[in-house]
Amino acid sequence: MQNVVVLGGGVGGSVVANHLAKKSRRGDCKITVVDEDGKHVYQPGFLYVTLGKQNPAKLMRDERTLLKRRVDMVTSRAERIDAGERTVHLAGGKKLDYDYLVIATGSTLHPEQVPGFEGAHHFYSLEGSIGLRNALMKFNGGDVVIAVGGVPYKCPPAPAESACLLDYYFTKRGIRDKVNLKFLSPLGRVFPLESLDPLVTEVFKQKNVETTIFFNIESIDPKSKKVESLEGETVSYDLLIAIPPHSGADVVIDSGLGDRGGWIPTDRHSLLAKGHGDIYVVGDATDIPISKAGATAHYEGLVVGDNIAARLKGQSPPDNYDGKVTCFCDAGFHKGIMMTFDYENPPVPPPLNRRHYLGKMMINRLYWMLIPKARV
Amino acid sequence: MDRTVDARDTFCPGPLMELIRAVKEGEVGEVIAVWSKDAGSQRDIPLWIEKAGHELLAVNEKEEYNEFVIKKLR
Repeated sequence: MQNVVVLGGGVGGSVVANHLAKKSRRGDCKITVVDEDGKHVYQPGFLYVTLGKQNPAKLMRDERTLLKRRVDMVTSRAERIDAGERTVHLAGGKKLDYDYLVIATGSTLHPEQVPGFEGAHHFYSLEGSIGLRNALMKFNGGDVVIAVGGVPYKCPPAPAESACLLDYYFTKRGIRDKVNLKFLSPLGRVFPLESLDPLVTEVFKQKNVETTIFFNIESIDPKSKKVESLEGETVSYDLLIAIPPHSGADVVIDSGLGDRGGWIPTDRHSLLAKGHGDIYVVGDATDIPISKAGATAHYEGLVVGDNIAARLKGQSPPDNYDGKVTCFCDAGFHKGIMMTFDYENPPVPPPLNRRHYLGKMMINRLYWMLIPKARV
Repeated sequence: MDRTVDARDTFCPGPLMELIRAVKEGEVGEVIAVWSKDAGSQRDIPLWIEKAGHELLAVNEKEEYNEFVIKKLR
């Protein structure tokens, strides 16, 4: 019996474990998921928490309830991976040996890396989203600035989505004319996907969202309420929404498996950690320069599940990850955009419509039933 | 070359974001190469380098991509 250990109980880890459980027989392998707190969080719901439209408690479930019965679950902190010994060291001294290891440890937020970040709000954690919701409820007018504090960050379109949803939120509250929405893009365009940039630029124009390009946060001064960029510009704010810098997980960094940002050098097709034939990487944890997003982790997880199942049977890995990402964005006023792209095919600019908004709402509802359980 | 970032075949977030990441993580004086197949990089990358106060040492046209070589100055 071979041991497959999966580090991380988010989208990627859950999909790998459940898909592998479906594709392999009980006698082929023992599958163990290790997660620090045993909680699975649906992060796309954070934006709706900020608007007061989502109950935060409903975005979290016990990971155990999402895993197939034959998958073992260990709630513990993974402290170090010894790739030579094929062992994971857990907090408290326990060790897990593996034949195949899947690292799905996601990304970690580092607001402390931006001086003055305490002067900003964000929606990249449940706690942060609740804080932003409370600040927005008290906000009655002034400059609302949305900016990015470090690249890469999860879900690159999310800051633009936030600007659109805040336009909707303040309109509904009847105070849109008292709010200046300012969007500071880290790139040379307002939207990360070049083919969609003209569409989003037009949407921002219609919604009266002011834009500045090439603005990557260097520091924040909470006293004077100013934010300064890496490129040398300064912008004033009354309420600042800033995406915190991200890094790979501590266990990756402490095990010497990551690059300078803590992301694991990963083959973009096989999803094997470079130099390691028995370590797969999915989701945010890779260094592959594509969206760090749940959909990425989902599609990668299916590929890794298939490939480990085949190798357990002595067969060649059948799948290559083609870079597929699907992304739904809510543009406010019940309109949305859906984009699909891969390594070879850029997204085709879609129309902004109600169907894609409803698609996003459907995913939000069906997520728990379909995705972590690897039913799709 | 101190570091090479292969950002070919990336549409989101794109080669510029990978470059910004590498520059932020790097030391002053470090030379970084970015490989890009994105047509927008021809415009975006030199503009960002100028605005952010770094130096574009070379743009090398390879068979199917461009290599941008950058020196971090501050």
